[in-house]
Amino acid sequence: MYATQYHKAISLDDARSQLAAADDAKLLAGGMTLIPTLKQRLAQTDLLIDLADTGLTLIEDTGSHLKIGAMCRHYDVETSTLVATMIPMLGSLAGGIGDRQVRNYGTLGGSIANNDPSACYPAALMALGANIHTSERDIAAEDFFVGMFETDLDEQEIVTAVSFPKPDKAAYVKFPNPASRYAMVGVCVAVMDGDVRVAITGAGQDGVFRHNDMEAALSEQFSAMAIETVAIDEEMLLSDIHAGADYRAHLVREMTRRAITACQP
Amino acid sequence: MTQLSMTVNGQPVSHDIEDNMLLVTYLRETLALTGTHIGCDTSQCGACVIHINGVSAKSCTVLAVQAEGKDVTTIEGIASGDRLHPMQQAFHDQHGLQCGYCTPGMVMSAIELVQANPALSEQDIREGLEGNICRCTGYHNIVKAVQTGAQAMRKA
Ligand SMILES: Cc1cc2nc3c(=O)[nH]c(=O)nc-3n(C[C@H](O)[C@H](O)[C@H](O)COP(=O)(O)OP(=O)(O)OC[C@H]3O[C@@H](n4cnc5c(N)ncnc54)[C@H](O)[C@@H]3O)c2cc1C
Ligand code: FES
Ligand code: FES
Repeated sequence: MYATQYHKAISLDDARSQLAAADDAKLLAGGMTLIPTLKQRLAQTDLLIDLADTGLTLIEDTGSHLKIGAMCRHYDVETSTLVATMIPMLGSLAGGIGDRQVRNYGTLGGSIANNDPSACYPAALMALGANIHTSERDIAAEDFFVGMFETDLDEQEIVTAVSFPKPDKAAYVKFPNPASRYAMVGVCVAVMDGDVRVAITGAGQDGVFRHNDMEAALSEQFSAMAIETVAIDEEMLLSDIHAGADYRAHLVREMTRRAITACQP
Repeated sequence: MTQLSMTVNGQPVSHDIEDNMLLVTYLRETLALTGTHIGCDTSQCGACVIHINGVSAKSCTVLAVQAEGKDVTTIEGIASGDRLHPMQQAFHDQHGLQCGYCTPGMVMSAIELVQANPALSEQDIREGLEGNICRCTGYHNIVKAVQTGAQAMRKA
């Protein structure tokens, strides 16, 4: 790892002013992506601003939404009784991320800010139509996830929380990479006020995306049968050492089938 | 440079270290606690698992400065004198290792698993050890060892 300075922010304001003052600072959340990247010298920074002590760990029922703080670890979401009662799909998604040690550190804010094309949370945020709160503004999930490892966040912006509207029913199912557990393909199906939404991670060349044709077919008839003949465009899918685009296309349909069957309130 | 203080295996320690030093490097090279291993650079193998304030962590993916003021336990800190920790004894008795490279991480992960859920099933063990990779054993005896260790920990 290249030389760097470390600062443990004592509040969100402290983190903001440190970020504004430094030339080239990076926020450190759970470190489960950032530290491996730094240690392989794939990235470099003058200053690491640790968000561990900034709070941002609240999980609350706002009446209309389930609001989860950016620094909630995957473990916190996996084991929260409020999450389990309001949107159980999110608890099981968090419980399926990586392994126990990754879940003990990795956070919601870090996961979405990173926007790995194989990350799990982006699919849930897209399918539910979540709202991302930052130190500066609110951003709709559709506008937040811009492309592979790219978000709408600007350099001085800190994710503070995410608000999830409660679905009528929802499920997230992934085919995990056997070594890392990242999604080779992950599909979140949600019914929101009668609207069917299908968001797919792990497969798209531009990261997470919604599949409009499957959504249309499922709006007609909500069953695994309904998507049998919907076309899945391989041209826009990832192809890498883990899986070719044709195999990913197959997994997209299969994971969607399973998610439809697993949908629960 | 930052002055770092923490507790490691019950002993207070303090050193001036570079901010970019990984916790695993601090343990192995500064404190000479070489029981914690490094098996990868992708945070996947779990050979480096330790406990920070009782929570299992991959020490290769935590900076030493992040552990300021914390209570760290490594594989060297779990036996009582000459008496192995019940989980260590179980790995010995069940032959839960071949080369032993993954073993410290396996034992540290397993202890936390059992503490969190003393009545864990074989499936819980297999899923709970997802972050610990072993290239020798095929995991069968590791799972048996954790079952035996869990029983012994319940009695202890
Ligand atoms: C072995 C392994 C397996 C994994 N498996 C999965 C998996 O199955 N599914 C999955 O989804 N993920 C997986 N991950 C990734 C994991 O979920 C990471 O925790 C996550 O991607 C990053 O979160 P973090 O809190 O560790 O962030 P960090 O690594 O600390 O930060 C990541 C990036 O986000 C930025 N950032 C962090 N917090 C904020 C914030 N509040 N505001 C703005 N920017 C911020 C940082 O500056 C950095 O650029 C895995 C990781 C590992 C190591
Ligand atoms: S050395 Fe492989 S996970 Fe830490
Ligand atoms: S015993 Fe050799 S790696 Fe597990």
